[in-house]
Amino acid sequence: MTTVRIPPTLRPEVGGERQVPARGETVRELLDDLMSRFPGLRTQLVEDDDIAPFVNVYVEGEDVRTLDGIETPVREGATVILLPAMAGGS
Amino acid sequence: MAGYRDLLAQLRGEIDEVDAPRAHELDGALFIDVREQEEWDEGHIPGAVHVSRGHLESRIENAAPDKAQPIVVYCQSGNRSVFATRTLEELGYENVTSLAGGYTDWKRNGFPTQLPRSLEPDQRARYSRHLLIPEVGVEGQLKLLQSRVLLIGAGGLGSPASLYLAAAGVGTLGIIDDDRVDASNLQRQIAHSTEALGDWKVDSAKRTLEALNPDVNVVTYRERLTSENVDRILADGWDVILDGADNFPTRYLVNDASVWHDVPVVHGSIYRFEGQVTVFQPKDGPCYRCLFPTPPPPELAPSCAEGGVLGVLPGIVGSLQANETIKLLLGIGESLAGRLLLFDALATEFSEVKLRKDPACPVCGEHPTITEYIDYVEFCSGRPAHA
Repeated sequence: MTTVRIPPTLRPEVGGERQVPARGETVRELLDDLMSRFPGLRTQLVEDDDIAPFVNVYVEGEDVRTLDGIETPVREGATVILLPAMAGGS
Repeated sequence: MAGYRDLLAQLRGEIDEVDAPRAHELDGALFIDVREQEEWDEGHIPGAVHVSRGHLESRIENAAPDKAQPIVVYCQSGNRSVFATRTLEELGYENVTSLAGGYTDWKRNGFPTQLPRSLEPDQRARYSRHLLIPEVGVEGQLKLLQSRVLLIGAGGLGSPASLYLAAAGVGTLGIIDDDRVDASNLQRQIAHSTEALGDWKVDSAKRTLEALNPDVNVVTYRERLTSENVDRILADGWDVILDGADNFPTRYLVNDASVWHDVPVVHGSIYRFEGQVTVFQPKDGPCYRCLFPTPPPPELAPSCAEGGVLGVLPGIVGSLQANETIKLLLGIGESLAGRLLLFDALATEFSEVKLRKDPACPVCGEHPTITEYIDYVEFCSGRPAHA
């Protein structure tokens, strides 16, 4: 089981939770598991069967785009962060 | 009992001395000036570090952490430096020489000298807590007073950031903002007051900042940053841009302009209980587009005006931005370049993710495809024509 950090903009889709557990050995499997339970996440995370270009996924602090993208392996107990851009400053 | 002259002669025989012409030829040596403040203020060897003899033991390790580095100690005429050289040897410095004839002989040889700009007495009082920190000191404070920081926005992030930069004595603060102070701002935008309701934010901020510190010159730009005015504003010359914008088009515009003008950006963003802070260093480091190549569709990126923000959050994030800015200006510490700091105010938790330069980045990558300003509003509208 892996804990996935949910950013504020996506929390309404997961019942307001800051983090949710998910199962999977790769980022793809984790996201599939999350989206099967929280279908509202799909349009906000995935585009053309890949991670949406406006969402960053970090495994152990590394952007998966610099690793193997959606196929990046995730070890048991790893920290996964979903991070969409925020523009607010005022 | 040996008198002063005997002791001086004895020590002179035990330590190494170097004359001015040879000292002038030395490569890589650190010059330590052990004279008093008033003597230093009247001129010193360029690049020398001032540690008065009275503070030598306690401050030398900050000034010269590497005990193997060649050091030339000097005073006015080459006597006090003999004693100081011995002290440094006793502290474990391995390669210390005393400048024979001191600063006087150095000047007599016609070698370069430097007249330090110095602080006025009231500035010494105002910045005394900075002057006590070895990493800042008089030189650092003078650097801050000569520095120019451009703030994008005088709102949630711009307010605390500009207040701390002004208090720190950053000499010129540019502020770009085209809004008026609204009642809904006052829960967090602490550069403005109830009395300023309805005023332009740049005018209100200028009043607040100059009242806090008259050393600071606030340059106001009462306009929205656009592709049309950005080059004119950046041409005024800035050391650091502090980005506290409230929308994606401005974020991407600031990024592209900063890469092309080669100005570092201290980035902060906030939403509800969460903040993000990082530093974008043009050329060396990743840029905003390396972090977020594509803006989110507008429906997935609510602003603080739509989604709300805890009032104190911009205080924390804006202060972190001020901290990064001051470090960049002073050239000290480790900046957040290459790291994105995430702050969760509800959990009171900081975390960090790595940021890497994207070789395929359209602006800072190896083969840039965006080389001039684009229509940023369209780019962020969810119907990007240039993605």
